[in-house]
Amino acid sequence: MLAVNVEKMLGDFAVTATFASETGATALFGPSGSGKTTVVNMIAGLLKPDRGRIALDDEVVFDDEARIDAPVWRRRIGTVFQEGRLFPHLSVRHNLDYGRWMGGHAADPAAFSHAVELLDIGHLLDRRPGRLSGGERQRVAVGRALLMRPRLLLLDEPLASLDEARKADILPYLERLRDEAKVPMIYVSHDAGEVKRIATRVVRIEGGKVAATGGVELLRA
Amino acid sequence: MFELSPQEWTAVALSLRIAMVSTVIALPFGIAIATLLARKSFWGKSLLDAVVHLPLVLPPVVTGYLLLITFGRKAPVGAFLADHFGIVFSFRWTGAALACGIMAFPLMVRAIRLSVEAIDRRLEDAAATLGANRIWLFLTVTLPLALPGIIAGMMLAFARALGEFGATITFVSNIPGETQTISAAIYTLTQVPGGDSAALSLVIVAIFISLAALIASEWFARRAHSRMHGV
Repeated sequence: MLAVNVEKMLGDFAVTATFASETGATALFGPSGSGKTTVVNMIAGLLKPDRGRIALDDEVVFDDEARIDAPVWRRRIGTVFQEGRLFPHLSVRHNLDYGRWMGGHAADPAAFSHAVELLDIGHLLDRRPGRLSGGERQRVAVGRALLMRPRLLLLDEPLASLDEARKADILPYLERLRDEAKVPMIYVSHDAGEVKRIATRVVRIEGGKVAATGGVELLRA
Repeated sequence: MFELSPQEWTAVALSLRIAMVSTVIALPFGIAIATLLARKSFWGKSLLDAVVHLPLVLPPVVTGYLLLITFGRKAPVGAFLADHFGIVFSFRWTGAALACGIMAFPLMVRAIRLSVEAIDRRLEDAAATLGANRIWLFLTVTLPLALPGIIAGMMLAFARALGEFGATITFVSNIPGETQTISAAIYTLTQVPGGDSAALSLVIVAIFISLAALIASEWFARRAHSRMHGV
């Protein structure tokens, strides 16, 4: 369970977000420039809020009054970025293993092969990211985030850099991820079609503020 | 035709040893200072930058003289190091390595700094979200991505050390078997009658070593590049 209540000034654009998410997939939905990525970066720990509180499960990861600001690497929030951000100098296999190494966990072949199978990336393991297509790259990025054993998955416009056909290819994988991985997801997107398929709850963001919170029926408005 | 006396071979071996030792010892400092200059902003940064570049713009004789009055046997730092750690620089090959390292340092720092600045910081953010603390992040992402620049920096430093003459001869003189490098030996041979052919042999050796170093670094750089972009 994630509880967010933060404020951040970016120049003269104010971003304030208050919402909570349970299990399943919560979408942060809104037009480009509405502040979604700012919110995501604050949750991940890549951007420091001016004020507020972020709690994940039983742990407060940020609280300006209590002077708590857990560093990014301790938050264990698996993040998938729009551009994938795979490590170009490592093979796909080593990219997938990176989070496990950094967490100091022993190899877990069952979890590894489950993720590989779920995302259908078994034939890519020995390649380097430079040799992957956009869709393959994003699937590996999702696998990499999943295999770090995250408490929460943060997907920031994971399909925005892909064309329509690729998006349609990947959406089923993300649906399976939501249903099988048992990790709560925050799914950031400006695309109502994507959000409708992935999200179980919707937080609509407009002009740096939460405009509405509810189920997928919000998308019709 | 092509013949080197034992003394000239000694100069070749000594040059190689001095160039390698100075490059390897300068490397960790070079990486640290290059990263500092590329990534951090702090008070006195432009001063540090200027000091690092000083050996590039000062006449080498001046650098050699400064080393002499700092690291000489009776100079403050030199006496301290000799008394407490048994490290003596003056008129030893170690002094030549120190001079070469300092002369080569700005070139090394420049090359590494450029490649650190070119790294996509978003990859480092991604590594942090995956649980990498600062040290691991540096070792597993920053350093490997800067590798082409590190190789180029080492190559430049090695070449500079091999060719270093002015600071070395001022600081540690030109003692056969101890501080007489290829450059100093060639210089000495050109000052005596009949030394021309031996000088020419040493010149050929110098060209050969420089070419070999250049080809090796190209090969390493291409390998590092292809490892990073596919295959």
